[in-house]
Amino acid sequence: MAPAVPRSGDAIFANVERVNAELFTLTYGAIVRQLLTDLEEVEEVNKQLDQMGYNIGIRLIDEFLAKSNVTRCVDFRETAEVIAKVGFKMFLGVTASVTNWDTEGTCCSLILDDNPLVDFVELPDTCQGLYYCNILSGVVRGALEMVSMKTEVTWVRDMLRGDDAFELQVKLLKQVPEEYPYKDDE
Amino acid sequence: MAAIYSLYIINKSGGLIFYKDYGLQGRMDTNDSLRLASLWHSMHAISQQLSPIPGCAGIELLEADTFDLHCFQSLTGTKFFVVSEPGTQNMENLLKHIYELYTDYVLKNPFYEMEMPIRCELFDINLAQAIQKDRVSYLGR
Repeated sequence: MAPAVPRSGDAIFANVERVNAELFTLTYGAIVRQLLTDLEEVEEVNKQLDQMGYNIGIRLIDEFLAKSNVTRCVDFRETAEVIAKVGFKMFLGVTASVTNWDTEGTCCSLILDDNPLVDFVELPDTCQGLYYCNILSGVVRGALEMVSMKTEVTWVRDMLRGDDAFELQVKLLKQVPEEYPYKDDE
Repeated sequence: MAAIYSLYIINKSGGLIFYKDYGLQGRMDTNDSLRLASLWHSMHAISQQLSPIPGCAGIELLEADTFDLHCFQSLTGTKFFVVSEPGTQNMENLLKHIYELYTDYVLKNPFYEMEMPIRCELFDINLAQAIQKDRVSYLGR
């Protein structure tokens, strides 16, 4: 049987059910506002957003794999490209570019062309430490963990904080392949 | 006469999270089905070690005289396998379709706990439809 060809981000995005962009932006804004009210501490909110993203990511990865037909990535470079071109496109409708590779090929930056979460948003002075889009870092971290990669995902540049772009740094800490269940008796 | 005898879904640790029987024998005892699932999980893992070529993805097809066993493992470690009549065609596509149903009706259910047994009615309904469609196309050949 011929192997299934990986589908492009655009093709999948055209086929999945989509939601009104404003509803999405407003819903996310409501979540962040409620977290700020409930938790009060900006650091706590950052952590909660990351945790929520993580819980989404661990479930989202299977849908991504099922709908996009990607095969196992050869190296972390390919993984980053797939996340930027297929993953982001499929779920957010925007692509990202991959830059700033370190020498070992374990750390890179994803720069988002566009960010639907932050339409209409301005951070007030009281929330300057807030990473508004921290849910995205959790999503990437959770998704990669389910395919045996432990990563650290942080925001390097955030336009809501005055920078000129949205830059997400993804650092591969280690590959943890499934343990062989039957070790020789020691 | 069903082409598919039964469907199993195993989580990444080898625990059975879903079992559905379509054959005429009647449903297997729960303990037996759990044991069978763990056995298959172990055999699948061992086959990857036995392979002379590195990077083996495990057993995809087991052919016996009275049945075939088709197995699909996602990159996240969840295994979907179906026991069918010997020579049944198109099982890989069916398994891929079931994988998609799993991602939609199980994983997107916020009350479903990861790695736990699947008790999602929507999944059951859509799965029944998928199996029925496959059966109809099988009979049509």
